Order: sequence, then structure tokens, then C-alpha cells
Amino acid sequence: MEPGPYDIGLVEGSISTPEEAERIVQVRKECRFLVTIGACATSGGIQALKNWADVEEYKRIVYASPQYIDTLDTASPVAAFVLVDFELRGCPVNKYQLVEVITALIAGRRPQIATSPVCLECKRAGNVCVMVAEGTPCLGPITHAGCGALCPTYGRGCYSCFGPSESAAAEALCAHCEKTGTSKPTIVRMLRSFNGYLEPFKQVGDKYERQAVNN
Amino acid sequence: MSVKPSTIERTIHVENLARVEGEGALYIKAVGDEITDVQLNIFEPPRFYEAFLRGRSYREVPDITARICGICPVAYQMSSCHALEQAHGVTVGEPLRTLRRLLYCGEWIESHVLHMFMLHLPDFLGYESVVTLAADHKDVVAKALALKKAGNDIVNFIGGREVHPINVRVGGFYRLPSKAKAKALRETLIKNREFAVETIRFMAGLEFPDFEQNYEFVAMKHPNEYPYCEGRIVSSSGIDIPVEAYLNEFEEIHVKHSTALHGRLKDGRTYLVGPLARVNLNFDQLPDSVKEIADEIGFKIPCKNNFKSIIARALETLFAVDHAIDILENYDDTPAPYIQIADKPGIGHGCSEAPRGILYHRYEVDGGGLIKNAVITPPTAQNQPQIEDDLRHFFPSVMEKSEEEATLRCEQLIRNYDPCISCSTHFLKLKVDRST
Repeated sequence: MEPGPYDIGLVEGSISTPEEAERIVQVRKECRFLVTIGACATSGGIQALKNWADVEEYKRIVYASPQYIDTLDTASPVAAFVLVDFELRGCPVNKYQLVEVITALIAGRRPQIATSPVCLECKRAGNVCVMVAEGTPCLGPITHAGCGALCPTYGRGCYSCFGPSESAAAEALCAHCEKTGTSKPTIVRMLRSFNGYLEPFKQVGDKYERQAVNN
Repeated sequence: MSVKPSTIERTIHVENLARVEGEGALYIKAVGDEITDVQLNIFEPPRFYEAFLRGRSYREVPDITARICGICPVAYQMSSCHALEQAHGVTVGEPLRTLRRLLYCGEWIESHVLHMFMLHLPDFLGYESVVTLAADHKDVVAKALALKKAGNDIVNFIGGREVHPINVRVGGFYRLPSKAKAKALRETLIKNREFAVETIRFMAGLEFPDFEQNYEFVAMKHPNEYPYCEGRIVSSSGIDIPVEAYLNEFEEIHVKHSTALHGRLKDGRTYLVGPLARVNLNFDQLPDSVKEIADEIGFKIPCKNNFKSIIARALETLFAVDHAIDILENYDDTPAPYIQIADKPGIGHGCSEAPRGILYHRYEVDGGGLIKNAVITPPTAQNQPQIEDDLRHFFPSVMEKSEEEATLRCEQLIRNYDPCISCSTHFLKLKVDRST
């Protein structure tokens, strides 16, 4: 890395190796504002699925010589290691939101990024609700806005590329999905995808997994 | 005391070929004229996709595998869908299979244009990056960006968004977009077509290092069309196998210096996948509109100089533009967007032509629709040993040049393979050790 200081540092990717855990501390020191962009840097991303698994076994599944692989047991959000000034959600991020964050930081104001759920964007788009009309499980009510309710617009349920919205009522939504026929293991998988390591997805997913195992 | 040239030891060590995703480095050691070691190190963090796909529903697979690559998510989605459809004993026929080709056209255009102009061209024209190149060639870069955007627009149209499309499912699509949108998209493509033609002429006029190798080219081949998702796997030395036999012919080995597995033929030989392999093995399937321009610029197959892969990319870009224009002309939004699939246990193989070459997937599914096993072989892993082999043969020809120039030419060679966006960016720290 070229020595700083930098005005804004944009970090993508989760922290998943010992070397990255050291480097992020240095990156933080060199940047006035540190912004994480995307699900991996903000929640650990899809790689964080290894946080629930035996990493030694994962190495054996993928690599013929697991002893060559140096990895941490977890893939973590950047904020688990250093202070982050702003987290930009999404897998992928919304490019207009990225421009807004940079513009706001340059102007010295707070980025105007809505923290409301996808459900609100979906209503504004005038979509027929896939959950009410067709019984399709949808994470729109508990997912951070930013995609423009893309999946419901195409007739499928939201799978939460943007992770939990502010005060997401994950437990209530999952209870509803269960009541309308979604199995417990399916609910666990729904919560554990691209942002499964963020709360409340993690806590509710873990609870449903315990129940599924006990059944 | 004078030293004989043959005892001079020279090491080229590029510590960081890349940024956060796809981190790599280059290491070359030579004693005299003899290259003693070449390593293209890939130390990208291990990501374990094949491991965590186990136990997921097959319906989730195209959404998950798309995330392996932000540049070619469509390739991952298509290989996944074809493999999983085979596992369930179904085939997606017309008109959906043609719409999948349309989606793939978009990905080739955006990926090829990005690589040709933003990543590779600065090497040929002696610029440090596309930003400095744009200062002198603003017009070309602006038109290239417009053409790339037309590719994005195709993926956006049928896939729902340009990165990690959401409209792809095993069995087809979730919803077919409207005819009105198809018409507007077709007009955009027609507007950008002329630049796709100019691009071929422009790339043909570049100066290419004289570096021909006796490559084993490997690509898909289809009896009636230029290959995207269907066909057999063929090679320049006569391999001709169905996709299901991929693992009998090719293997992946794990070397210490790389978290990317190395692909090779079962007999140990390296091979080359990507645009040059495709054009060489499928030239007869290109439409006349593309063949005529290939003829005009004097492009002959077999072309054995991979520095000219930039011309192959240009030819394929025009093909993709023309093919998309044709498909959109007859676009109809009324058919069912997907076929129904019933859960059943099975094994399926899928292979498609990612912008960088063949991408093979194999899945085993249980009766409840969950994945038991997954194998994914990306093109860059298959090309990596070939890149090292190229460097071994190429390095002596630049050994006498300055460190800066020698390193630059080696990087240019690596970029012939378009290994991935981060592996192809221009910032490098070079360490050269000379001992006598």
C-alpha cells in the first residue's frame, strides 16, 4: 500500500486470512474516512457461511493439499476489527448509493441512504405482493432498501442481497413464513446467505437451526 | 574479474499483481539463459464455494455461484443451470435457450470490451492505465465505454441487473421483459455496432510480439452455432468429448504457491482456454459479417500467438453484438418464462464458454433437492499452468531489456489471458535481484 494519509478509504471483501486482519488495521490508520462497500466487507458475505462450519473439513473438500491453505476460522465484517465510518450494503452495491456516499463525505455531510426496508420500495413501485398474493417467502419486509425491490418486481421473493434493515423484525417474519408452509431448514437457509452473519439474521437463523435439529 | 553471462542469476519478483479480490504475484528466476523457476502465485483468500454449496437447495445455486465473479456472473449461472437441469433430466428448449444466449452475448460484450480497452490496450500503447490513455484517446475510450454499456444493457434487460442478475433460475427465467424494452435495446446495439467493427480494425493494427506457441486449444463446439452453453468439448489435438466426460480428460492439481487449483490434461500437458481457443476451433460458425472483417484484416486460423487474443476478443464482440441484434428482432415476451422441474436425485454436468474460457460445473443432488456435491472448474485455474509455461518460453526474449520493460512485457503476456479484473490492473512493485 502506498503510504497515506487518504481522505476516503473504500474497503471491499471480508476479513478471512491472518494477513488481512493485520492489513486492515494499517488501512484504518491511513484513512480519514473508512467506508466498507458491499456485503462481504459489511457482513462477511457469502464466505461467512464457513463461520458455522468446520473449516478443516471445508479445506479438505476443496483442496487436495489442505496444509497449504492459510485461513482464519471465520470470515468477518471489517467492523469486527476496526472502526468503520460508513457501511454501504448490497451484493452488488447500488452505484448511485456509492456516488452519494463519496459526494456526502467530500461535502462534509451525512450520506442520505435510506435504512427502510425493501418492502417500502416495493409498495412504491406498485408491485403486487408476492407473499400475500402467491405465498412466496420474501425477505423484503426485513431487508435494507437499495435495490429498488428488484426481485419482487420480477415475481420472486427477496433473498436479501442488502442484509437486514434497521429494526428488522426477523423473528416475526420467519414465524409468518413458517405458518404459511416454509420449513425450518428452508428458513435457516433463507437467512444464511449473503448477509447471514449480521444480526438479527444470525440470531434468528441459529434459533431455527436448533429447532430443526431438535425436531 | 569478468563473469561469463551464463552464470548471471536474475530474478524478477512482482509482489502484488492485484488488489483485494484475485490477489497474485509473479516470480521468475533465471540463471544465464536458463529459466529455473516461474511461479504465478495466486494468494487470493480461499473461498470454499464448493464446500458451502453442500446442503443448499439446487434452486439457490445460480444465485450463489454468480457471486464467484462480478465480471462473469452469467457464466457461473449458465453452467450451474445446465448442470442442474441435466441432474433433473430436463432440457430447456426454445425460445428460452436462445434468450440464454442473448444474456451471454451481453456478458461477452461487457467483459471483452472492459478487458480490451481498459486493461490490455494500455500495455500495447505504452500507457500506465486507461486513465492516462484516455487523456490522449478520449474519443476511443468514450466509444468503448458506450459499447460496454450496451453489453450491460443486455444483461440488465434479461437478467434484471448487470451484476449478479436476479432473473435467472434453474429451468429458465422468472419473468420475460417486455417487447418495448427489447426494441429500445436493439436500437442501442445497432447504434454501437459500427464501433465494434472499428475495434477489430484498430486491434489488428497494434504491434504484437512475435511469440507463437504450439498450444493445445480447448473450447466448446456446437454443430450449428458459435458456442455458449451447449455442445461438446473439443481440442486442437483431437479431443472430442461430451461435457460429462470432462473429469476423465482433465484434472486439477494443487500446488503450494497458489490457492487456485491448476488445471491440466490427464497426461500432464497444459492447455489454453478462452477467446483465441474458441475462434480457432469455431471459426466456421462465425457469421459472414464477422468472417469478412477477419479476412479483411488478414486474421488466419490457427492463430498461435496469444498476444493476438485481443483480436479474437474483438471478433467475438462483433459476433455478440450481431447475434444479440438478431435475437432481439424476433423477441417475444409471451411464452412461459420457465419449465417446471420435479425434485429427484441425480448427477449433472454443465459447461459454458465464460469470456475467459470453458467453465465446468458438476453437481450431485439428493431426492429432496439439496446439493450433495459440487465441482467448479473456472477458466483461470485451467489457464494458470499455461501462463507459467508461456512466461518460461517468453522471458528469454525480453531478458536483455531493462527491468521495467521486461516486467511490463511479462505482465502483458499474463493479461493475454484476461485472468480477472484485479489480476490485470496496473500497479506493481517489482523486485529484481541480480547476483553475479
